[in-house]
Amino acid sequence: MVYTKRLDGRKIDELRPMEAKAGVIPNADGSAMFKAGKTTAYAAVYGPREMYPRFLQNPKIGVLRCHYGMMPFSGSGERIRPGNSRRAQEIAMVMTKALNNVVDLSAFPNAVVDVYVDLPQTDAGTRCAAISAASMALADAGIPMKDMISSVAVGQVDGTVVADLCYDEEAYDAIVSDVPVAMTHNSREITLLQMDGEISKDDLIKSLRMADSVLDKVYDLQKSALKERFSMDKGAEK
Amino acid sequence: MIVNNETIAHLAKDNQRLDGRSLIEYRQPIKIETNISWTAEGSAKVQIGETVIMAGVKLSLEKPYNDTPDQGGIMINAELLPLSSPDYESGPPGIKAIELARVTDRGIREAKAIDMKKLCVTPGEKAWFVIVDIVTINDAGNLFDAASLAVLSALKAAKFPVVDPETGAINYKKKTEESLPLLKEPLAVTVYKINGSLLIDPTSEEEKSYDARLTVASDDNGTISAMQKGGDSPLSIDEVEKICDIALEKAKFLRKELNAALK
Repeated sequence: MVYTKRLDGRKIDELRPMEAKAGVIPNADGSAMFKAGKTTAYAAVYGPREMYPRFLQNPKIGVLRCHYGMMPFSGSGERIRPGNSRRAQEIAMVMTKALNNVVDLSAFPNAVVDVYVDLPQTDAGTRCAAISAASMALADAGIPMKDMISSVAVGQVDGTVVADLCYDEEAYDAIVSDVPVAMTHNSREITLLQMDGEISKDDLIKSLRMADSVLDKVYDLQKSALKERFSMDKGAEK
Repeated sequence: MIVNNETIAHLAKDNQRLDGRSLIEYRQPIKIETNISWTAEGSAKVQIGETVIMAGVKLSLEKPYNDTPDQGGIMINAELLPLSSPDYESGPPGIKAIELARVTDRGIREAKAIDMKKLCVTPGEKAWFVIVDIVTINDAGNLFDAASLAVLSALKAAKFPVVDPETGAINYKKKTEESLPLLKEPLAVTVYKINGSLLIDPTSEEEKSYDARLTVASDDNGTISAMQKGGDSPLSIDEVEKICDIALEKAKFLRKELNAALK
């Protein structure tokens, strides 16, 4: 059995249908929605604002702090109990590291920029959708950034390197690997890299090269959504 | 945001509001969208003005409670996400979230909106339990009415998942065509008292300036199923009567919006 035809009929490097929108949460200083297939992430940025608890303040530079949460009804199985799971905390941590590379908070000592991401529905690739949404929300909030971050999962399903795995592919009954990647757009550097499953070194590098090329599509969508938000006629009605 | 409580109170006395609405007029747009989450058995996103709220229904098979062995159950929970307002913090639900969940829960439960006996599969052993989670996306005021509308929309949209006849395991990825056994459709309307005037659908600023509020949940026949008074000031019996009149009339309005959206 060789994985030549993808379960949902996509080409090997074809992303799921995506949607992006900036400015979806009026209360927030910046916000965005990013949807990849049946995974939807909402991101809201609050700050720079005073950091609490105070002992976490950094007198030299502002602190970026990400939060990640799946809504109780967002899992494909039983209801998820609300609250910060170990998984959610780890994802929040790697998200923060992934985004920290491009934000410049040197002008905001003692302050915090909080990024909240919550997902109403998920079908794999949640941290990638979360990061792509968060990056847009930071830009929407006007946080100084030197680059944009886009994220996608790549990997290998039964010997075939593919982009943007859906849940059924992650759960495919064969050797599968899932490699979430986030990259800067201009400098083409990797700011998030995780992997689980089994993969050869050659396939890993092949996967990363595929991520490098398909992430331009994610970036284009993020950019056009942000441009839409700040286009002249849209801006006038706000 | 700087809130001028005095301005809001002063305007209310003259039957006016900061945004130019009449006292008993909902903000626009009112948008109701169902099936916004494929992972929930039923879900809805409701927008009233700038307030956006989601509700998701999850169904599970559990052992019925000992005192009601022939019935299923319902639980409504609310999360005020820090994503939705600069005033909310991470952590376990505070009293505002608890009150929102409990008042919404009572509106549905006490109206006997769901036929609990029809949720029973095997008496004393197995019954469907309905868990509804309310999640705020943007809190711009009037969460009570928005939550009630979102919960009812999600309940109406819900479909039972497929159950394996041999193992009894639920296949959450497949839904049947069967809807929840809804007997009534209660909706909550909250009327606020500011400086002697009664008004509905407050903005966040107005919510910070009210003297008293009364949430009234009523069904399609105009039967009241739950109430909750809030705020530090008292209400007279005459005021309660006026509030009920407003709430019953506005529930009809919301019901029309709901039926139009779910058509």
